[in-house]
Order: sequence, then C-alpha cells, then structure tokens
Amino acid sequence: MEERPFNDTSYEQFLKELRIMGSKCKKCGALALPPRPICISCFGGEMEWVEFKGRGRLAAFTSITVAPPYMAKEGFGRNNPYVVGVVELDEGVKTVARIIGVDAKNPSQIKVGTPLEAEFLERGDGPEKKTILAFKP
Amino acid sequence: MPKRRKLSRGVAVVGGGLTKLGLFKDRNCKDFFAEAFAEMVGSVDKGFDPKEIDAVYIGNFSNDFFVNQAHWGPIIADLLGVVPKPVTRTEGACASSALAFREGVLAIASGLYDIVLVGGFEQMSKRTTEEVAEGLAMAASPYEVAAGYTFPGVFGAMATAYFAKYGATREDLFNVTIKSHNNAPLNPKAQFPMTIRDFMNARIDRCRKKGEPVPEWKDEKDFLRDPGANPPVAWPMHLFDCCPISDGASCLLLVAEEIARNFTDDPIYVAGLGQGSGYSLHAKKDLTTYEATKYAAKEAYEMSGLTPKDIQFSEVHDCFSIAEIVHMEDLGFFKPGEAYKAVAEGLSRLDGPMPINTSGGLKTKGHPVGATGVAQLYEVWVQLRGKAGRRQVPKPNLRIGAAHNLGGTGGTCTFTILERR
Ligand SMILES: [Zn+2]
Repeated sequence: MEERPFNDTSYEQFLKELRIMGSKCKKCGALALPPRPICISCFGGEMEWVEFKGRGRLAAFTSITVAPPYMAKEGFGRNNPYVVGVVELDEGVKTVARIIGVDAKNPSQIKVGTPLEAEFLERGDGPEKKTILAFKP
Repeated sequence: MPKRRKLSRGVAVVGGGLTKLGLFKDRNCKDFFAEAFAEMVGSVDKGFDPKEIDAVYIGNFSNDFFVNQAHWGPIIADLLGVVPKPVTRTEGACASSALAFREGVLAIASGLYDIVLVGGFEQMSKRTTEEVAEGLAMAASPYEVAAGYTFPGVFGAMATAYFAKYGATREDLFNVTIKSHNNAPLNPKAQFPMTIRDFMNARIDRCRKKGEPVPEWKDEKDFLRDPGANPPVAWPMHLFDCCPISDGASCLLLVAEEIARNFTDDPIYVAGLGQGSGYSLHAKKDLTTYEATKYAAKEAYEMSGLTPKDIQFSEVHDCFSIAEIVHMEDLGFFKPGEAYKAVAEGLSRLDGPMPINTSGGLKTKGHPVGATGVAQLYEVWVQLRGKAGRRQVPKPNLRIGAAHNLGGTGGTCTFTILERR
C-alpha cells in the first residue's frame, strides 16, 4: 500500500478495494481526499496514507433532472432525477459524491446537515467495472 | 507584506463592439467577430486605422470542441488583416475574454505595445443542447464531473449550502431573475429582450391559440414556481435560473493613457483589475463564497485605491441566479448573507442604489462563453460614456463601474474597475 503514488489513480484503485484512502502531510498533518502529492497547507511533499471511516454529514446537494450522457446511461433524467452532494467527513475534509437513499423527486425535503455513511456502488463489468463512492442517510 | 500591485503605465478603453447575441446557425465566429470589430472601429470618436494595432488578444473557450477548429489566433489575424501582428488566444472557460482584456492591459502597461485589440467569441449553436452541456462540463473540475455533477448542479449545490447558512430560499432567487429580465428589453443586443411578464403573456397567447387551458398565475413569482413553466434542471436551479446557450463576439480597443486623447475626448480608464483562482467544491473551505472572486476583487481594489462603496454599478457573472447573489457579497457590495435581502429590497435594480447587470446579465443578454468577459466590460464602457440609452444608469456623475467574470465553476475569476476621469 505504501508504494502507491499519492494521486487520483491510487484513490480509484482503493475505491475498488472498498476503501476511502487519502493522504496526510507528514510535516503539518493536513488531510487530503483524494490524496495529494503536494500539501496545500504547508507545501510539504512527504505524505502517508490515511483511511477515512466514511461517516459525515451533508454539506450541500443538488437533484439533477437534466442528466449528462454518462448518467442518462444509468437511466437518470427528467423522470428519474439523481442526487449528488458535498459530504463533510468526520475527519474534517469534504468529498463530492452520489447521495442515495433520499427522495430525489422531493429535493426540498432533503436537509443539509443530515448524517450520512459511505456505500460503494459498482457499475459495469470486466475492465470497464467502476466503483463509485456514494453516501446514504 | 504583500506589495501593492500597480500598472506601470495607464491604459484606456477608446472603442468597443458587441454583436447582437442569440443563436445564429447560418453564421460563424468570423462573422461575429467581424461584426463586433466593425462596430468598434466606428465607435472610435476621432477615427482609427486598424493598421496601427500592435497586438490582439482573443478569448475563446471551446471552439476546438464546438466547431472542431483550434488555433484561432491566425484565423482572426487573417480576418482583420493584421498579419503579421501577434494574435494570442486566451482560455479561462467563461472568463476567457476577461483574461484577453487583462493580457492586453498588461502588455500596454509593460510598455511593449501602445494599441491593443482585445475581444472574444463563441459559437455554441452548431451543437445540440446535450453536446453543449457536455462541452461546458469540460470547464467543471474533473472531480465534480466524476461524481455526476453537471454545471448547473455545482451551482445548485452551492445554493443549498447558502440557503442552509443564511436562511434564504428558492423564492429569493426569483428576485434575481425578475430583476435581470426587467433590464433585458432595454438592451437591443439581448438574446431575450423580455420581462418575465412578457414570457407569461406569450405563454398565455400560445395556449389560447392552441385552444389549451389558459394558465393563471397571480404574479411573476407564481409563474416561476410553476414547474410547467419553469422546469427543474438541478435543484434548486430551474430553467429561469440558468443563462442560455448563445453565439456572439465582443471587442474593445485599448491604448496607452498618454495617447488616449488622440482617439477620443472621452476615454475610459482602467482603474484596477485582478484575477484569482479557486478550488473545486470538495476542496473549498467555504461553500458559500468564491475565493477566486475575493482575490481578484482585493487586487483590483488595492490597485485602484477604491473600495466597494465607490463602485456605482457593476456587471456580475450570473451564469446561474445564485452566482449573482454570492458574488455581490464576495465583491464587497453587500455583507455575507445580505445580498439576497438587498435584491428583494430592489437595491440592485437599474434605478436602485447599486445597479447590478444593467445589460440584463448573462441570463437575458446571453452568454457566448468566450465573448462574455469583454461583453461585460463593453457594457461598463457604454454606461460610463452615457451611451446606454434606455438602460442608462440614472445617477448623476456616473464615474466608476466594474465587471466581474467567472470561469467554469469558480476556478478562474476576474474583477475589473473602469473609471471616467
Ligand atoms: Zn502540510
């Protein structure tokens, strides 16, 4: 694990292993998710891996009715909106992710501040297989 | 100690041009830019010979994708006949031509050039709406797109964070839309020169003609509340929260301060300008501000020695209604959490104390991405010269106006203050 570079590719590989992995700056302790090769707090370049528990609260969200092609392929659109959000994790960093288990057709009822936990969604098969980070109440 | 940034030499705007904005499938970027350029040449009070242009900076976001053609510098050089003068393209998504303006100012301030043409263009109507959405998403952050965000979705998410923090609601965004559409019919170049009332009446007429039941709305807000009239796009962003897809071009002629009066007796000077960058959603410390805007504004205020109170009117990047509100706060016009109340009180109306988007804004005037930054500055220039006709800001001694331009989902922002001395 320690051998992997602190970048987006490693982040995605870890997601496939159902782990939310980010970086921690050895110099100042700043956390980053996805991992960063350069610390944006102190510009340090020495990192270590840190695993996030996958618990947090909803900081912002949207329910999307006009879906881009790659989401339309999953069946989302005008009659089947989906929710994406910004989740503030207990560790203090934010991540953008799909929000499931909420009523996308009644977004006015979705509340910022709702406690959430991570769930891994798998889409596609074989080499096309992707693991998507989602959160649910 | 941060040093105060100053231009080494003053720069003035002495001419400008802007096409009518809209969807023009039978014309192309060269046609648009030629139209804007012709207006600009005619606008220079004492005349000017295009041969004198030292350099050109043009903003364009995505002609590579929208019309399958890159390398627009020489195409524009050829069009204008300025070969072999240098023509440089700048790209900063929706702020592309504000970057062209800034590069032009810096080139003159450095002493390298005396006369510089800046502008921008975009042609979006050659593509389907879905393709345009895909093209625009290229300007969002890769993390946002991977999570399933669309462009309106990112602004929608910021709106929910703003609502939660300050107690604003979707109804407060309606005030922005209604205000901008009230300015639209006063701008002959606007893509949608209609008030919300006009939209309501048009719809009622259409229903009558078709023999369909005629909708009854109490008022403009009632119309905007109706999902049949104003369908959702990305909660809480609905159709009337979003700017349209547009074609168009804009340009301004910049010259060194000491020669400005050779071109006009009424030059408009660059008082200050700034540019900033911003993180994407997940890395933002605060989801209810744009750090890029704040930085750009700080730079521009420091350079000019002015404060937000000195700005008499401003164009503010309103790609989505919530963006106008957040930026009014980031630019210092109103305190955090106060801008939505200010809009409700009418303070940002054309006849209010702080007119915002006298042009009708991107929402009604149109948003040909690469042309927008300079199109906003064109509006400020026209207003400061007192030539805005029916939408002229009704203030005595109109002297200082500004334009704020945002690229992508907030990754690039500029703020420019123009001044009539
Ligand atoms: Zn650090």
